[in-house]
This record gives sequence, C-alpha cells and structure tokens, in this order.
Amino acid sequence: MDKAVDERILQTSPLKKLLARPELGSVVGALAVFGVFAFAADGFLHAASLSTVLYASSTIGIMAVPVALLMIGGEFDLSAGVLVTSSALVSSMFSYQMTANTWVGVGVSLLVTLAIGAFNGFMLTRTKLPSFIITLGTFLMLTGLNLGFTKLIDGTVSTKTIGDMEGFPSAHAVFASTFTIGGVGFKVTILWWLALVAVASWILLRTRAGNWIFAVGGNEDAARAVGVPVARTKTGLYMGVAFGAWISGQHLLFSFDSVQSGEGVGNELIYIIAAVIGGCLITGGYGSAIGSAVGALLFGMTSKGIVFAEWNPDWFKFFLGAMLLLATLLNAWVKKRAEATT
Amino acid sequence: MARFRTWAVIALAGAVSLSLTGCSSTGGKRAEDARKAAAAQGRAAVNTPRWTFAMITHSGDGDTFWDIVQSGARQAAVKDNINFLYSHDDQAQQQAQLVDAAVDKKVDGIIVTLAKPDAMKAAVARAEKAGIPVITVNSGSEESKAFGALAHIGQDETIAGEAVGDELNQRGRKKALCVLHEQGNVGHEQRCDGVAKTFKGTLQKLYVNGTDMPDVQSAIEAKLQADKSIDSVVTLGAPYADTAVKAKGDAGSKAEIDTFDLNAKVAAELKDGTLGFAVDQQPYLQGYEAVDLLWAYKYNADVLGGGRPVLTGPQIITKDQAAALAAYTERGTR
Repeated sequence: MDKAVDERILQTSPLKKLLARPELGSVVGALAVFGVFAFAADGFLHAASLSTVLYASSTIGIMAVPVALLMIGGEFDLSAGVLVTSSALVSSMFSYQMTANTWVGVGVSLLVTLAIGAFNGFMLTRTKLPSFIITLGTFLMLTGLNLGFTKLIDGTVSTKTIGDMEGFPSAHAVFASTFTIGGVGFKVTILWWLALVAVASWILLRTRAGNWIFAVGGNEDAARAVGVPVARTKTGLYMGVAFGAWISGQHLLFSFDSVQSGEGVGNELIYIIAAVIGGCLITGGYGSAIGSAVGALLFGMTSKGIVFAEWNPDWFKFFLGAMLLLATLLNAWVKKRAEATT
Repeated sequence: MARFRTWAVIALAGAVSLSLTGCSSTGGKRAEDARKAAAAQGRAAVNTPRWTFAMITHSGDGDTFWDIVQSGARQAAVKDNINFLYSHDDQAQQQAQLVDAAVDKKVDGIIVTLAKPDAMKAAVARAEKAGIPVITVNSGSEESKAFGALAHIGQDETIAGEAVGDELNQRGRKKALCVLHEQGNVGHEQRCDGVAKTFKGTLQKLYVNGTDMPDVQSAIEAKLQADKSIDSVVTLGAPYADTAVKAKGDAGSKAEIDTFDLNAKVAAELKDGTLGFAVDQQPYLQGYEAVDLLWAYKYNADVLGGGRPVLTGPQIITKDQAAALAAYTERGTR
C-alpha cells in the first residue's frame, strides 16, 4: 500500500493494542518478581502463602485504585495514609462514646471521611494551590487530630475495644472476615479490592466521568475550554480516595478491634508507589486502575516474598527498594518498546 | 451550592436518627462508666513550693507505652505539688533541643531518656552546668552516671531479653521468632539479643512496619507459613501481640505468642490463655518514680541507686497474675 492512509482508521493488531496498555510493563515486572520468589522461596507457591500475599497486596491495593485515579486526574494526596487511620478512629470512637451499634459509627465515619476528601478537593479547586501543599497540610492536621482527639476522648493513645458491642459481628463479616476456597482462607479485603478495580476501570473506560478524569489530568485548561467540569471532577476524585480510606479504615478497625492513633503515617507513599509502578504518570493524564492493582500486587509479593525466602532481615529494606526499582525500570523499558512499535 | 446544602442536611439528619435508634446494649462507654469505680481525685499531698519539672522523651506520636509513663509522672506530680511539663520527639536532635529549651526556661528538674545517648550528651551537660538536677529514665542506664545524672530509673533491655530467653527455656521452646516493629531501634535490638543470649533454641528476627498493622499481620503470617517449626513468637510491644495472635490463626500455626509490655488486651489474652506470658518493665513506675525522686532530691537531697540504675523490670506476667492486673490496664496505668 503506497497510498497514504489516515492514521485514525488504521487497523491495529491485537498485539499492538496490548503493548499500548499502560499496565503492561508492570505486568511483566510482576511476572518477573513472581518468578524470582517461586524459585527462591520454598513454599511461596502454596495456596496459603499466596493468600497471605494477596491479603498484603489488597490492603495496599484498595487505596492504590482511587489514588491512581487521582493521579490520572493530575493530582496527589499525601493525606491518604493517615486518613485511613482517621476513618477507623471516627468509627470506633463514635460507636464507643455513644454506646451505639457499631454500624452507626461506620455510617458516621463514611460521612466524616468523605467530608475530609471533599475538603481537600474544595481547597484545591478554590485556592489553586498545588495539591502537594493542600494535602500536606491535611496530612499534618489529621495526624495531630488523630492523636489529639483520641487522647482527649479515650484518655489513651489507642481506642477502647469495640469487640463486645452490638453490630460488631456483622461489620466484621463485611470488612474483615475470611472466606474459604478449597480449604484455604482468603481475606474479604481481596474482594473489596477486585470490586474497586472493576468499578474504577468501568468509570475510566466506559463513562463520561472517565473521559473527564483523563482530560483534567492531561491538560486542565484545554479540558475546561471544552466544557469539562474540572472542579467537580477533582473534588470527586478526592472523595474517591476518601471512600477507599473508609473501606481500609473499617478493615483496620474490625480486624484489630482497637486502633492505634499514630498509625498510617508513610503509607500514602506506598499507595503512590503502587500507582506509579502500575503505569500512572506522575504528571497525570495516563494510567489505569488495573495497573495500580498490579503495582500493589508487586509490592505485596516483594515485601512478603522476602520473608518467605528467609533472606537476612537486616537487608530487608534494601531488597525491597532494589526490587521496586528493577520492576519500575522494566516497566519503563517495556513501555518504551511498546511505544516504538505502535 | 444549593444541592450541596440539601445533601448536607440529609446526611446530618441521617446521622442523628441513626445514632438515636442504633444503640448498643453491650460494651461501649456506658459499660465502662458502669465499671468505673469512684476513682480518687488527685490533689497535692505536700505543701512544698510549686516546682516545675520537665520530662523529655524519645517517644514517637501516639505511643501506648509512653502514655503510661506519662500518666505515672503526672500522678506523682499532682501528689508532689509539681508543675509538670511533658514533651517528646523521636528525632534525637529535636529531643536535645527540647532539653535545651527546658534549661532556658530554668525549670527545677529535668527527666530525660537517653535512647540516643551521644546526641543528648551536650544538652544534659548544659543542664548540669545550669544547676538543674537531671534524672534519666527508661534507656541510657550505661551513660546516665557518666553524663552526671542523679539516678537512672528503668529496665535494662538486655536483662529483660534474657528473662524472656529463660522463660522460653522453661517452657521447652526450640525455635523462636523475635518481631521488631522499628528497624534501627537500639533498645529493640538489645531485647532480641538478650533473648538470644539465654535462649537455648534458635532465635530468628523479623522486621515489620510498625505503623501498618495489616502489614505486621501478613509479615508474621508469611514467616509462620514459611517456617512451620517456629514454636514461639515474641513481639516487642503490646499492640503487636494481638496482631501476632491473628497471624498465627490465619497461618494455622501452633506457636505460642509472648510479648514485651502490657495493655488491656494483653492482660485479657493472658487470662484466657491466648498468650503465653508478657514481660513488663512497669512504665508507670518509671514516670512516677522519676518525678517523686526529683521531688525528694529538692526537698531532702535524697538520691536512689547509689550511681547504679534502679530497675523497674523485668516482671514476668503469666495467666496467674493477669487477672489482678486487668483493672489497672483498663485505666491505663499498667
């Protein structure tokens, strides 16, 4: 064919389509890490071990999904880690202090957590300050509030146990139970995680809101010019992160009965790392929900695989860092190759 | 905006009606209030001048252990008619600056922890020079005297670890796991090393991310799955003991869980046999004794220990003592 063909009607092969997916690099990286541990760690391939790895991945993954969406929308959330703890604290302390059914606390916590997410979005869109500054402020304030309120209300730095209160068993079943497949126990957080990935993928790829998210992350001014509600989209994304924090927070509360007020600091970075490994661009406009799940899986496999492989724990963090760096490099390399061939 | 307001009203109404209808007839604050006996309202027992003592620790934010130390110190301060100031920072340099600030304020006495002794040396020397008596607590038993402190009150971490090793031997354990929840904490390493010193079986270390409970759980779970021959797990802080219990259940392991330090849950689980034993260094006593001793020094020039550390632990707590301690852990003083 020597005639010039409009590139928009050019037929692309399924292989090329696959290579253009943002999460492809991380999938290759994840397979590589899986291969390393399948080889190096005795018992890594047992169903029970894989269930442990999946659990570790799911607690990161539940947050990595909305954080990835937010990053595709071009923003950061540094308060995501402590927001999980805040959500658990609100739920626990409200139920306890009001002597209410634990589901009441769960409901109130959802409202409060979403309100904090909305606050982030509102501040960002109104002040036009970078999200880094806004959410850093929220991060510090929440860290202080978590500690201050817990100390003020409960008198100690961890909440009282709510394990003996009404509604606990059913809430535990929803947020922290274990289900059995073929004699192996799996945590319910894995289901929450998969559901979130499915919903987020549907939003991104099949709805108008999904287009808005890519648009505001790609070029905010251009998006506004064509009528995308930029402020509403960004606020919605922050509330999405808050929703994820609520699920994680309730899991934290109902699996451990009481919550330590100082927890969660530093986890926001892990969520962002999972999203980035999964192919989200730090500059926004590019990425996928499935990618964030692969990123979380990679993180879960690495951190637990090191334990399974019984490598010297003094070097734990080094192994973790090296693995992540390798995975990300592989990710970038595959992406480059993929872009070159399309 | 109008739509937002409508939503807010609906949400608020929902929350209020939920909390009115959804009461729990078990547990909660009402149960606690019912449980609570009339606690003695603290007031000064002496009429010495109102001295000001400052306590500066290396605690991170929201640490249960340091909360108990603080509650001991505060109760002693009320009794001794002391104006008590508390501050903390887990960064050694910041902690030293806090000590400097206390010296600048010309307080009447300083209580300080020496978790990172080298960083604190100059600040403590400055306090001595200003004529402010210093007592070290918790960590730094070796440096305390050399730095010129009046006394040291605390537990020797190595000795505490050795006590755990002995107890594990008595229980016939062969392979133990030491779970460290803070990488690079000298005290944690000393504890595990202490256990290794007296324990006749093999001891392995596992580092976990202490600020992320699900991570702690899955890491312990992974370790127990990887090595089925582990027959006991030793956690270095009370909150991690319960997490280890959950990990053990999910991993289908038979290992016994033992821990350093106490809290309400640990006391309850010792009582029902979920945990083997706990080794307590009595943090309440570390705070209480430090304030009381400073008072006694100001009032009567008394010192304690004769230059040697005054040990507040280790006390091994098993099922038998746990019942008696449960009430004290509930109110946050054990």
